[in-house]
Amino acid sequence: MRQSVSRPERGDDPRPAIVELRIPAVPEFVGVARLAAAGIATRLDFSIEDIEDLKLAVAEACNCCIQNGGTGDVHITCEVHRDRIVIVVERSGALEPVRATSEDAELGGLGVFLIRALMDDVTYVADPPSGTKLTLVKHLGK
Amino acid sequence: MNGAPAVSVIDLNGEIDVYTSPKVKETLSELIDKGHYSIVINLENVRYIDSTGLGVLIGGLKRVREHSGTVHLVCTNPQIKKIFDITGLAKIFGIYDSEKAACDNL
Repeated sequence: MRQSVSRPERGDDPRPAIVELRIPAVPEFVGVARLAAAGIATRLDFSIEDIEDLKLAVAEACNCCIQNGGTGDVHITCEVHRDRIVIVVERSGALEPVRATSEDAELGGLGVFLIRALMDDVTYVADPPSGTKLTLVKHLGK
Repeated sequence: MNGAPAVSVIDLNGEIDVYTSPKVKETLSELIDKGHYSIVINLENVRYIDSTGLGVLIGGLKRVREHSGTVHLVCTNPQIKKIFDITGLAKIFGIYDSEKAACDNL
């Protein structure tokens, strides 16, 4: 008897697989988010290089949420589609005064520069009264 | 002369991220405070570096340059080299494949 095992096809399923993680907004836990992102990306047959890029981008997004300030934890939501991964990293609450204007915050420095360089699509919103949200998209085989 | 050796080498290993980079900064600052301005930082055993780690290296370079010194890096990990290339830092630091080459070119 022949058996074949194939990866579940999510492409025909309009609902992506969702993995959520919440970490305290402190440096000690950024590594946890980084490793979780790597583990999830592995499920999608990303290359080792792409997985390394994702790890760094997710960590930088967490750093950004921590540095911008806010209240409470950093929420990371990974949508696993057949052909791409979409990772939303967000933290609510008013930004630190040093990031008082969204323009200042959204410049974001070296970390945000790296995220933009490593991901296929990036949306970065730093809204002084309500918080920080980064959406990172990486396509498979692009 | 302040008695500082011609070249000081810092060996780093593991992950240099937002959690660990303050320790790297402290080590680098102590060295510079003692008058060491020609520094080689060996990243051969570093498997990950983020923007906070890069920031510490940039800060160290800026400080030693004020004393006409410099920082050379030893880096063979392609992923880490890529980060230096993307950020343009490969042109700012001397990056070498071996500690000997990094020291010889200081």
